[in-house]
Amino acid sequence: MQKRYVTIWFQSLTTDWFIRKQPGLKEIPFVLALPDHGRLVVTAANNLANKEGIEPGMAVADARTLISSLKVIDARPGLNSKLLKGFAEWCIRYSPYVAVDLPDGIILDASGCAHLWGGEKQYIFAISKRLRNFGYHIRIAIADTIGAAWAVSRFGKDNTIVEKDKQIHSLQSLPVASLRIEPATTEVLQKLGLYHVDQLTAIPRSALRRRFDAQVLLRIDQALGNIEELIQPVFPPEPYHERLPCLEPIVTATGIGIALQRLLNAVCHRLQQEEKGLRIADFKCYRIDGKIEKISIGTNRPSNSSKHLYKLFENKIDSIEPDLGIELFILEASKIEDLATVQEKLWDNKGLDDTALAELLDRIGGKVGNENIHRYLPAEHYWPERSFKPATSVIEKAAIAWKIDRPRPLQLL
Amino acid sequence: MSAVKADIIDQLRKDMLLLQGFKKIINPYAPEILPASVRSAFPNAQFPIGAVHEFISFHQEEVAATAGFISGILASLMLKSGACIWINSSKNIFPPALKLFGIPPEKIIFIHLKKEKEILWAMEEALKCESLTAVIGELRELNFTASRRLQLAVEKSQVTGFILRDNPRSLNTTACVTRWKITSLPSELPNDMPGVGFPKWEVELLKVRNGKPGKWEIEFTEGRLRYNSKINAIPMISKKKTG
Repeated sequence: MQKRYVTIWFQSLTTDWFIRKQPGLKEIPFVLALPDHGRLVVTAANNLANKEGIEPGMAVADARTLISSLKVIDARPGLNSKLLKGFAEWCIRYSPYVAVDLPDGIILDASGCAHLWGGEKQYIFAISKRLRNFGYHIRIAIADTIGAAWAVSRFGKDNTIVEKDKQIHSLQSLPVASLRIEPATTEVLQKLGLYHVDQLTAIPRSALRRRFDAQVLLRIDQALGNIEELIQPVFPPEPYHERLPCLEPIVTATGIGIALQRLLNAVCHRLQQEEKGLRIADFKCYRIDGKIEKISIGTNRPSNSSKHLYKLFENKIDSIEPDLGIELFILEASKIEDLATVQEKLWDNKGLDDTALAELLDRIGGKVGNENIHRYLPAEHYWPERSFKPATSVIEKAAIAWKIDRPRPLQLL
Repeated sequence: MSAVKADIIDQLRKDMLLLQGFKKIINPYAPEILPASVRSAFPNAQFPIGAVHEFISFHQEEVAATAGFISGILASLMLKSGACIWINSSKNIFPPALKLFGIPPEKIIFIHLKKEKEILWAMEEALKCESLTAVIGELRELNFTASRRLQLAVEKSQVTGFILRDNPRSLNTTACVTRWKITSLPSELPNDMPGVGFPKWEVELLKVRNGKPGKWEIEFTEGRLRYNSKINAIPMISKKKTG
């Protein structure tokens, strides 16, 4: 499948966050600062401060000479990575593969996602509109490669859609810094008069390799799509998962139940075809306000019966708080085991290896907690209180025989 | 004429039993669950399977005796295979001891629940599960509605239910098929042999639907419950209390 990547650049992530928390800051110039070598150094400045020439890396004392009324707020180290992680999780509603791109970006693997929003234009417009409504200054671009999308989002026009296999054209006029090269190398390139990407690509590869480190070539190849680049998703998606986006936010328990039923049917249908059953399943509800509600269930035996699994989830639906509404449901089967279809027996030898019994224990365990259900196996020990041990599963067999050489009381005090 | 009448009445009785959920189970391989003299108290002279039995006890010793007697019944109920659920509020059953009654302890699933409401719910769910052989629940109170629910559940699934009521506040009417009271008796050994003998109980059938209540002395020997007339013939004075 043709790969498509979206990159989002948060131009002023931390200052936007402070403005969102304290709307009064919107009107005044302020900077975030951290003490460094006995002085306060600006780590981020808002738009108003930027206009006056205050930039990150400046000492606060110098900045105060430019704007005397400058407000200084203590920066929180690690805030941007925390915020980006939150955004990446939020962005899972747009694509299952989302990665954090420190220090100020997010990468979405949008392959096969955009058509759900009616096209790439609507897709990136939907994302950027939501993020801007939160009060963040962002720039967004979509391209075949991460490198091209990254370059265009930061150095090109906003909301750029780089057509398929056209990344070379869109990159040509961009500065060399757009290739994600180390600042030191960029400086050298600029000193040599290589300002734009097309100047760099015109040079034979062997010459580039000889004069610069391998990183330059690697970055060019990544941007042009000659080398595959991998991203580390925030939540590696489970191989068995189903998504159900909703047109209108869902707030009722009945609505959640219907969504769950649909997802379970889809997952179970797939499991049945592959002769597998799930042991652990998570049902995640993405709320409009960005929070995620999650319920999970476990079963004693692999199961692919949607009716049974629905029953297990049913008790827990009440614990979901839809708040303003849920816009995306995801069902993940995080633990899968083989489930061979057994031939039906003509006569029943009622035993522990039985679906109906396992389902009963799931139901009881789901309601009162699995820690209250015990089964015991013999343990090789002379002490009576250690002569038995809890079994790990319902079908675990006794490895040794029970000792019956001494009379033992049935009832303990 | 009277013989014909008796026949008709007998037939009608049998029909009524069927309507009430007592099916005569014909399985020549299944061992008899209780001694014949006790069985004669039940309709069809068969221990009712697929019914709920209620056991009353007022003292700690009676609780233990009841658990023992039920284990004796379970031993023949479970046969070679079969699983069983035991629901109680504390871990007072010592699993290895079940083996002495011929029950594989690993076939018993213990569920420990504190609230009576939860125990009743779990019991009803378990009684609906046809893969189980028996369900044992330790409850203190059981009202008529709850017992009726349990009885309806077993009539469909044919699971046998046992309810152990320790020190109930009142002996109210329930929909259970039987009500028992088990008291422990001193065990006895032939020919004044030393040591502890086989478990022995005084089994009192207080109530039985369509049957005759009675009282017996039952011993668990040779892997089954036995009614030993020879033991009963021994005068009470010579018995040694062994605990």
